[in-house]
This record gives sequence, structure tokens and C-alpha cells, in this order.
Amino acid sequence: MLDVVKTVPIDYYLWLSCALFCIGVFGVLIRRNALVVLMCVELMLNAVNLLLAAFSTYLSDAQGQILVFFIMVVAAAEAAVGLGILVMIFRNTHTTDIYLLDKLRG
Amino acid sequence: MDILIALIPFLPLLGAALNGLVGARLPERVVGWLGSGTVLLSFLFSVYLFAHLHGGAEPIRTTLYTFLAVDSFHVDFAFLIDPLSVWMMLIVTGVGFPIHVYSIGYMHGDAGFWRFFAYLNLFIFSMLLLVMGDNLVMLFFGWEGVGLCSYLLIGFWYDNRAYGKAARKAFIMNRIGDLGLLLGLFLIFDIFDSFAYADIFSRLPVLRLDPAVLTIIGLLLFVGAIGKSAQIPLFTWLPDAMAGPTPVSALIHAATMVTAGIYLVARCHPIYSLAPTALEVVAFIGLLTSLVAGLIALCQNDIKKVLAYSTVSQLGLMFVALGMGAYAAAMFHVTTHAFFKALLFLGAGSVIHALGGEQDIRRMGGLRRALPVTYWTFLLATLAISGVPLLSGFFSKDEILANTFAGAGTGWWVLSALGGGLTALYMSRLLFVTFFGNFRGTEEQRAHLHESPRVMTIPLVVLAVLSVAGGLLNLPHLLHVPGAEWLAHFLSPSVGESRPAHLLSAQTEWLLMGAASLLALSAIAWAYWAYAVRQSVPKDEAALSRWERVLAGKFYFDEFYDWVIVRPVERLSQLLHYYADVWAIDGLVNGVGTAVQRIGVEFRRLQNGNIEYYLLGMVVGAVLLFLSLWL
Repeated sequence: MLDVVKTVPIDYYLWLSCALFCIGVFGVLIRRNALVVLMCVELMLNAVNLLLAAFSTYLSDAQGQILVFFIMVVAAAEAAVGLGILVMIFRNTHTTDIYLLDKLRG
Repeated sequence: MDILIALIPFLPLLGAALNGLVGARLPERVVGWLGSGTVLLSFLFSVYLFAHLHGGAEPIRTTLYTFLAVDSFHVDFAFLIDPLSVWMMLIVTGVGFPIHVYSIGYMHGDAGFWRFFAYLNLFIFSMLLLVMGDNLVMLFFGWEGVGLCSYLLIGFWYDNRAYGKAARKAFIMNRIGDLGLLLGLFLIFDIFDSFAYADIFSRLPVLRLDPAVLTIIGLLLFVGAIGKSAQIPLFTWLPDAMAGPTPVSALIHAATMVTAGIYLVARCHPIYSLAPTALEVVAFIGLLTSLVAGLIALCQNDIKKVLAYSTVSQLGLMFVALGMGAYAAAMFHVTTHAFFKALLFLGAGSVIHALGGEQDIRRMGGLRRALPVTYWTFLLATLAISGVPLLSGFFSKDEILANTFAGAGTGWWVLSALGGGLTALYMSRLLFVTFFGNFRGTEEQRAHLHESPRVMTIPLVVLAVLSVAGGLLNLPHLLHVPGAEWLAHFLSPSVGESRPAHLLSAQTEWLLMGAASLLALSAIAWAYWAYAVRQSVPKDEAALSRWERVLAGKFYFDEFYDWVIVRPVERLSQLLHYYADVWAIDGLVNGVGTAVQRIGVEFRRLQNGNIEYYLLGMVVGAVLLFLSLWL
């Protein structure tokens, strides 16, 4: 397993993770569908996960991978809560367009 | 013994606490006798201490606890029982008790009955602390306490606006004096490193201080005495203090509290004895006050105001005695004055009570038939204060005059004797206008004229006996009777043997005595002729001559203070109000608020409620942060 990971140079992991993260950021900024926004958030979290797993292997340190599990748990909880909120929003407004959710402006 | 000493001040405090906390729910009888009983007990304990000291015991010093201890600053809550303090305790409680009893009758039916007794007891407590304290801090404690009680009692009927103002005036005038006293205390602590009398007076000869320093200390303490004892220039509060119920005037503003200044000077006599300049000032102020107040009293028509100015004038005479170094003579006059002035005020209260609140002597007259007990006791007190031979005031005033003659010469004697003559004149004027001639009040008042109840007349009789016999305490030595100058001998451990009059020959003293008596008797005779035989009634304000108007207007002291101090301060306050407060301070605070509001309005536009927009802000911020780190 270690070897498999190490067959790819660390730079590639860095570039991939960076790309994934940027996709996530731009997705959150651009997309109007709340569901897609949530997915993009997951994407950003997983970009970090990927990086953590890669560095953990290269440095032979398991702590990075433990952190990955934490992030996955938190992300799962976040997704559950986020989806719950989304369902409620949809029931009330019959839309998932976040541009229309501006009732809290000052 | 320690417990007994501590009980003397704390019993009245207990009475004040009980009456003040639960008195509203107790019947009048309980409240009254609780208030009076605690004072009576204090009096009995004081008598015991007096007998103990008189038997030749050394002065007692008891420390209850350490009141303050900060580094070298050390103040004990301690009592000093020596002849001077015991004598003051006897006066305070001994005159206080009959006045408490009298108040039971006088205040009967007043809604604030319990409050009145709580205040009176609190006053007795403070005054006892003042005289029993072993150090100047204790004295100051009591000094402020009596000032507070005086304020509370002058404004006792606080729903009357004028009375409330009189109370404030008394308090503020006293505060001016207190500032002097306080500065004096600071200077004393700076020099002697202690507040205890024993330390100060024992270090006094060792330190060999510059007389100028002692003079300053003496003058600062005297400023306090001026305030409390109502001397020029701070005397104007005392006549206004007559707004309080009459027993208060008798107890606080005649018999006891106002003598605190005399006590202070007598207690600190070792300092004054080394500062002759300060003593000269004391004597001068005293003489001036006694004459000015005596003149004002001639033209007052309010029965209590006359007595108030009389008090100011008598206090002036006491200060003259102090200024001559005749401390025992001053204490003797304090004693006799407490007797007859308390009696005069209580008599005046009885008159006011009978007339349903009337205080103007022009609407009295002929009261001697309706109020026999009040009349006879008032007559005795008037004769005593006027200095009619063989009554108490004669001896005490003669003692002061003899010392003045010996200490300062003929001119001072003449002026002091004139002060005494004025006393005889205005007091007999008051007596004859009030009790002789025809009744000038309304028909309704005439129908209701009645002698006061027994609870009020018995204190009058007791005080009358004391006023007549008080002279026995200190008979002049030229009478060559056993017990002559008894009080001076008793007080000598506290106030020294200083008595300039001992230098005089017997003939001179007889001559002075005779001259002063003649002056008093002729003043009384003239007043009798004018007000009892011719029955002339004091004129209305409009009919007064120019000089009489000046006297009736109290030499315009109040107007002068109003013009020189009150108005400019008011004007300054208004200016400060508009420019410093409203414009600068309020402007600053309000300006900050307005600025924040304006900025808030602008920044609110950022909060458009669009999540994308916020996120964009966050991302841009994070990127900038990373860039800044990277660069």
C-alpha cells in the first residue's frame, strides 16, 4: 500500500489537492443550488484529506491519517445537518436557490 | 469598669437603633421612655464615674479596639475619662435627660415621634463620643455625628421647604468649619505622629516647636470651633436652626452641641497656651460675636430667634474666657449656660405649645397668668442669664469678666461687660413682652391657652433649680466659703490652674462684680419700665429707624454671603453647566455616539444578506492573508 502511494510523486498530490480545493471554492462562490454548494464544501474538505493522507505516508507518520478520520466524521455530521436544513428550506420556500435566501440582511 | 464606660455612649446608640428600626410599630409611651431611659442610665453611669474621679482616682483610659491601623498610623477606639470629659458627660446626659422627658409631651401626636427620639438618642451618642474620645479622631467622629444629627433634627419637619433649607445651611456652614478642623488634625498628625491627646501633649514640650506652627494649628482647630459653636463669621446657621422642634433647639443648639467648640479649645489648651496669638484671635472673635449677636437679639421678634442670638452671644463670652486662658471659667459658663438656656428654650417651647405654634412675641403678652409654671421658670432663667446676683449666671459671667479684666485690661472688660448688659436687656425685653401686659393674640388662641402637661413642666422645674443653684459649683474665692472654686479645682487636672483673675486684688474684683451687676440690673429695670409698665410692643418692620432695621436685618450677614459667595458660585455653576457640561462633555459623548451611528449606516450596506457575497469576502480575505504571509 505504501509503495502504491509512493509511486506517485508528492508534487502530483499537491497539484491535485490544490485543484480540487479551488474547484470547491469556486463552486461554492458561483453555484446557486444549495445542494451543489454543499457538495463543493465536501470537495474542499476531501482535498485537504487527500493531502493529509499523502503527507502522512511520505513522512511515515500515522497522525495525519487519524486526522483524516476526524475530518470525515465531522464532514458526515455536517452533511447530515446541512441536508436537514436544506430539506426544511425547500419545504418552506420551494426552492434551493441560495440567492433568494437573503432575509437576514442588516 | 471598662464595660460601664463603654455602656455610657452605647446605651443611647442602642436606644436610637431600637427606636429607629422598630419604633414606628411601638406605642408612643414605649418609644419616649426608651429614649429617655437610656439617657438616664448613661447619666447615672456618668455620675458614678464622676464620684469615682472626685474621690481622687486617676483618669481612666480604656481601649475598646483598634479602630484604624495603617503602618505607623494608628487610631484606637478609646475613651478617656478625666475631669473635663466627665464634666461634659454630666452636662450632656444631665441636661439631655430632662429634655428627652419634655419631648415626650412636646412631640405628643407627631407622626415622626419615634424618628425624633431615634435622632435625639443618636445625637447623645455622638456627643458622648466627642467628649469621651481619647484622641482627635474620636472627637472628629463625634463632631461629624452631632453635625449630622443637627441636620436631621433641624429638617425634622422636612415637608416644609424652608426648614429643609435651614438644615442644609447648618450642615454646609458646619462643613466649612470642619474643613479647618480636619486640616488642623492633619497638621497635628504630621507633627506629633499621633492623634491621642496623651501623646500630643506629652510630646509638646519635647519637640520645641516654632510658635508659628502652634498658632496655625490653634487657628485651624478654632475654625472648626467657629463653625460648630456659631461664631463670626459662621454663626448665621444657628438662628436658622430654630426651624427644628423646640426641644432640639434646647438640647443641640443651646445646651450641648454648640459647646463642642469650647470643649475642643479647652481640651487642646496645652497647644493654645503655647500659642498666644491664637488665643488673642479666639478672644477677639468671641468678643466681637458676643457684641454683634447681642445687638441683633435686641431687634428680633421671634421668641426662638432671640434665644438663638442669645446663645451665639453667650458662646462668644465663653470664647473670650478661653482666649484669656481661663479655661475653667469657660467650662463653668458652659455648665450654667446649659442649665438656663435649656430652660429658656423649653419655656419658649411651652409658650409656643400653648399658643398653637405662634412664635412672634408681638402676638403674645400677658401669659404669666395662663402659664404660671412656665412663667416662673422662664423668669428665673432670664434673671440667671442676665447676671442677677446670686443666680448661676452671675457667678459664671463674673468669673469671665474678672479674668478678662486681669488678662486684657479695662477696654476688653468694658466691652465684655457691655455684652453681658446687652444680654440682660434683650432677655428681659423678651420676658416682659411675652409674659406681661395684655394678650395680643387671636381670640381662638386666648380660649385655648393652657399650661403644658406635667411631663413638660417637671423638666422646667428641675432645670430652674439648677439655674438658680448652679453658681454653687464655683463660688468666687473672695467669698471665702468652703467649696469656693470647686469646679475649677475639679477640672484643673484637665485644663490646668490658669486663672488670670487670681492676680487681682479683692477690692478690684468686688468693684468689677458690682459694676457688672449694676449694669445688668439697670438694663432689666429699663426693660421693665419700657415693656411692662409702658407696655410698648416691638414695632413693625416699616416703622423701624435705620439702625433698628440694620439690627433686625441681622447686620445683613446673610445678604452679604448671598451676594459675595452664593450668587457668584451659582453664576459660575451656570456657566460651567452650559459651557463645560452641556457643550464640551455632553458634546463629546453625544458626538462619539453620532459618529458610530453614521459609520454603522455606511457599513450596513456590506450586509446584503447574500451568502455568496460573504463567502467571496471570506475567500478574498484568506487569500490576502496567505499572500501577505508568503510575501
